[in-house]
This record gives sequence, C-alpha cells and structure tokens, in this order.
Amino acid sequence: MAEMTLLQAINTGLFEQMRKDKTVVVFGEDAGFEGGVFRVTAGLQKEFGELRCFDTPISEAGIVGSAIGMAINGLKPVAEMQFDGFMFNGFNQLAVHAARMRNRSRGRFTVPMVLRVPMGGGIRALEHHSEAIETLFAHIPGLKIVYPATPYDAKGLLASAIQDPDPVVYLEPKKIYRAFKQEVPENEYLIPIGKAKVFYAAKDPNLTVVSWGAMVHDTFKAVKALEAEGVRVELIDLRSIAPIDYPTIYASVRKTGRLIVVQEAIKTLGVASEIITRVTENCFLSLEAAPARVTSPDITVPLARGEYHHVPDVKRISYEIKKLMSFKL
Amino acid sequence: MILGKFDPQKKQRFAILDEKGKLIAPEYEPKIDEKTLLKMYRTMKLARIADIRALQYQRQGRMLTFAPVQGQEAAQIGTMAALDKNDWISPAFREHAAMLYHNVPLENIYLYWFGNERGSRVPDDVNVLPVNIPIGSQYGHASGLAYASKVLKNNKQIAVTYIGDGGTSHGEFYEGLNFAATYDAPMIGIIQNNQWAISTPRRKATKAETLAQKAVAVGVPGIQVDGNDVLAMYAVVKEAAERARKGEGPTLIEAFTYRLGPHTTSDDPTIYRKNEEVEEWKKKDPLIRFKVYMESKGLWDDAKEAKLDEELEAYVKTTFEKVEKEGPIVTIDEVFDHTYATLTDELKEQKEYLKNFVKETAGK
Repeated sequence: MAEMTLLQAINTGLFEQMRKDKTVVVFGEDAGFEGGVFRVTAGLQKEFGELRCFDTPISEAGIVGSAIGMAINGLKPVAEMQFDGFMFNGFNQLAVHAARMRNRSRGRFTVPMVLRVPMGGGIRALEHHSEAIETLFAHIPGLKIVYPATPYDAKGLLASAIQDPDPVVYLEPKKIYRAFKQEVPENEYLIPIGKAKVFYAAKDPNLTVVSWGAMVHDTFKAVKALEAEGVRVELIDLRSIAPIDYPTIYASVRKTGRLIVVQEAIKTLGVASEIITRVTENCFLSLEAAPARVTSPDITVPLARGEYHHVPDVKRISYEIKKLMSFKL
Repeated sequence: MILGKFDPQKKQRFAILDEKGKLIAPEYEPKIDEKTLLKMYRTMKLARIADIRALQYQRQGRMLTFAPVQGQEAAQIGTMAALDKNDWISPAFREHAAMLYHNVPLENIYLYWFGNERGSRVPDDVNVLPVNIPIGSQYGHASGLAYASKVLKNNKQIAVTYIGDGGTSHGEFYEGLNFAATYDAPMIGIIQNNQWAISTPRRKATKAETLAQKAVAVGVPGIQVDGNDVLAMYAVVKEAAERARKGEGPTLIEAFTYRLGPHTTSDDPTIYRKNEEVEEWKKKDPLIRFKVYMESKGLWDDAKEAKLDEELEAYVKTTFEKVEKEGPIVTIDEVFDHTYATLTDELKEQKEYLKNFVKETAGK
C-alpha cells in the first residue's frame, strides 16, 4: 500500500496496465513527452517509448477518430482530451462511431477504447476549462461512463475501463486531482463498472444522498456538519454514470424515505433528474418527501470570478438538505 | 516512380489509357496478371449491374434509399486490386465497387441499403468497416487502423480510405490525414472527385486548384489521377502501398472522375446539372475504356461479355430476392444485444418490457 493522490493513482494505474498489456497505448495533446498538462501521463513515454505513449496534433476529432481505428485493429487506446470544453470537437466521433460500431456491425467490429476527460470546475481555470458535461455522454447508448471520486476508486476503475470490451469515458474530477491522499494497493484490483459505493453510512439513516465526482467531498462535509442536527445520512458515491447502479440507490431510499441528489452539472435533464424519476417510479410508497436535487443553474459556466454562483458548495448543499428534512407530510 | 512526377499544383494529371482506351503512357503500364485483370473487369461489371438493378428495385418500391456508384468503378477497383486481401477499407458511402473487390458479399451491401444492420456484419476475414455516412470521419478511422498496423504489424497492413470532392472541405479529412502523416502510418487516402457534392459543384466548394494539392499541407505526396483509368489508379496505388509498407507514410490520391447517377435515389440531378455534361462523361465510361484494353490484350470479346452479363444478372437477381425475403426480419434481441458486449441490467429490463408489450398486444 502506498499513499497517493487521485492523480498519482491514475498515473500508477496507467503504468500497471501498460506493463501488463503491450497493446495499451496512451496519447493526447502534450500527453507524451511532457506527461500532459496535469502530468497524469508523466513518465510513461520514458518507460514505454514513443510508439506507446505519444503527443498528438491539436486535433480532438483526429484523436478520438484514430483511437477508434486503433481499437478496431487490435490496440487498446487510452486517449486524453486535454480539457472538458474541448471535448465537443471529438464528440462527433464518440457519438456517431465509438458508441455505435459494435451495434451497427452486429458485433463484427468493436471499440475497446478509453477516453480520459478531466472534468468539472472549481480550479479558477480559463473559459472552456470548467465544464460538467457527464449528462451529454450519458445520453449516448453504447458508451460506459465512470467518474471516480477517490484515489482508490480511480485506480480500480481505470483497470476495469482499460479491460472493458466497450468504449469507456473515464471522467477525472480535476478539482481534486491533488486534494488529498489515500492508501492505494500497488497490486492490480478491479472496481466493477456500474456499481455504486456507500461512501458514508450513519447509523439508522433518515436521508439518502447521491453524488459523484468532486461533489462527493463537498457533500460529505455538509453531511458531517449536519449530524449534530439529527440528520443521519447514507451517502452514495455513484462512481459510474452509465450504467447507473439503481439497486443500491433503491435499497437506501427504502430505508431512509428521503432522497437528495447533488450534482455539479446544470439542473435540467441531468443525471439527478433521471435518478429522481427512477426512485419515484420504483420507491414511491417508501418516500416521505418529494426527492430533491442540488445542481448548478441552467446557465453558462461563469468565468473564474463568478464561478461560485454556479457550482453547488457546502453551504448550498446544507441548505437544501435542511429544507428537505424539515418537510413533514 | 510516378509520385512526384505529376505536380497537382501545376494541374498535371496522371493517366495511362486515354478516353478511348488506347495506351498513351506505355512506360507506366502496370504488369497485372491475367487472373487479376479478369477479376478487376468482372467486379467492375458486377458493381455496375448491381447498381442499375438496385436503382430499379428502388423505383419499384422494393429497396430503400441507395447511393449509386456508376462512373466511379475504376477509381475503386484500381485501388483495391493494387492492395492485399488483409488490408483495410475505411469507406465513405459510395464504395460498393471497392467493397465487392475486397470480398464483401453483394448480399451484405444490398442488405445494408435495404435497411438492415446485418449487412455491415461482414465475414470475419474481410477487413471492411461499415458504410460511413458522417462525411470525413472515416479518415480518422483509417489513420487509427494504420497506426495499429505500425505498432503491431510493422506497417505491413495498409488502411485505405475514400472521400468525395465535397468531403475534402471537412475538418476531419485534414485531421485524419495529418494524424497519419505525423506518425508515417501506412494509410492511403483516395479522393473521388466526382465533380458534384449533391448539387454543389466542385468549383464552389474550394478555391484549391486541385484536391490532390491538399497533400502539400500535411507534407505527404499527392497526385491527381484520371480516375476513370483503372490502370493509372492501379499503378499509383501500387506505388503508394510500397511506400506505406516501408514505413514512409500516407499518400493522397485524387481520382478525377464523375458520378453518372444521382447522389442517392432521393436526389434529382437534372435540377442542377446539364444533360450534355452527363453525356460527355458517358463517353469516358471507365468500363468501356477497360474493355477496349482487355480486348487489345486478347483477354476479352463480345461472346465473353454476353456470357458474363447473363451470369451476373442472374446472380444479382437471386441475391436481391434473398435479401428481400430475409432483410425485413429483425428480432428484438438483435436490436438490443449488440449495444454492449454484455447487456446491462437496464437494457435487459427494457428488452423484456418490449417483448412483453409485443406479446400482450399481439393481434389487438
């Protein structure tokens, strides 16, 4: 076991999988020599050479399009988008080809690729560097989407993503790349895609809170602070956006009777909307209050100085939890 | 050496046969064995007949929208004949001639345009990606296929990809080609300049003098070839393939040709182009030209032609009838089961729901 940050865990995971499988190749804008703008791929080119870890032209469509071709022809591409806001240039390839190739060729051609995308705001970055767009990916059949919130999950989900036979979008909460360290096993372990985790469980819980990515930690802070006021939370870290682990959520809501979903993405038609709909459909008789959500408003992500108006913070999460807990039938 | 001798920026175009099928550049005449020449001619004929019949079936309401290849057969057959069985095609959507030569069964091609995904489920030993309708994106796939060949197969497997004149305006055309060029990946890009992007003429789509000169921007050889001259296409692609397999990277080839038919069956070309233009190009029909060449080699005559026509007509008819019978059958399992390698619980549930719905409401 070694203590590492989320970023180090991804880096270690890449080393591990590249050593294990000679067909794994890692590439992206500045991902080779420099190790990426965040240094997630640092050291890989030195160990594995320029054929297996390389810089690409500034060309998101070229990166995703070529990754698809590589995957069809026997490689295991792990491609990097430098920032979430540049994803749109590569989106065409992801949506019209990566996600569909297996289906449209009736299984003859498959695209076992991983697309790593640093995601989300809160780092006072430039315009187009702070998007929370997991919902856009989630609306494309054929993709799997994971979004780890801890170093341990980051490494285990990366291994699963690389070994998955289908295209996996691996979202990285860039705000917490270096925020804290955690014990991470050095040997390989797999965290199954599509399984959520109970991140924190108070005794005899009276509220289910679901979150993912960097928001898990802000949510946890709010939850801990409210314990003194009698709020006993089961906090679920979704970990996978597609597929979503509904059974874990239902089981919790059936115990607690109350649900709040916290997401960084905007309000309308988000992952929270879907979770709340499903819970309403499947756990209606267990509910003691209408499920609630904490989200960003449906506006363009403000630049750094106004960003705090957008992304939910501990204060707003607490406010919404208290509001939900005060509801009585 | 052909590449480098014909400068696309000076509008030099490479040809071996003239429009009448006469050998005008004997020094470049490729040495193609008799068996291959016969396969080339036969496949050109098959593509043409399959095309004519598909248009008729469509007009009879028996086929859905179809994109005919008529007029471009030489550009495609010349390319594929110069490559190996194991090489890849990353096609656009008008490449049935190339696909047929590269062993995609006609049944698959018809099935796809009939509206059934099973058509794109090509046999296991056929390296041909499905028809690619979002213009330009196939260049990226070819670049990735080629990169994998570089890493895993020492460049011995080539990826050839096609695009139209209109497609060269697309960013992904440039991105895919540039990506492959950067890594000297074994890729060959074929631009089929058929003069029309639906109703937009070539001259309105770009200020570039030729499309082959777009190679200059990525630093790879580019050449404009008479795309209706199957020998010229063969000779150039052979050279491009040698370069690619030696690890010298991509080549961009503009095949100067013409779409004799509509863009698709939904298109009416009489709105935007003159009949005289079409008639002029009919005189340059690649099939006529190649037939004259085959006759001059003593490999072909009218009796053989009549026999082949009869055989191919029968084959096309039987194939379509099979597709017409089996094509409409699509099961619920089939449309769900290939979304992922293993169906998710969510999809299992949705599939069961649909099956139950069908069962409960049957006959109601």
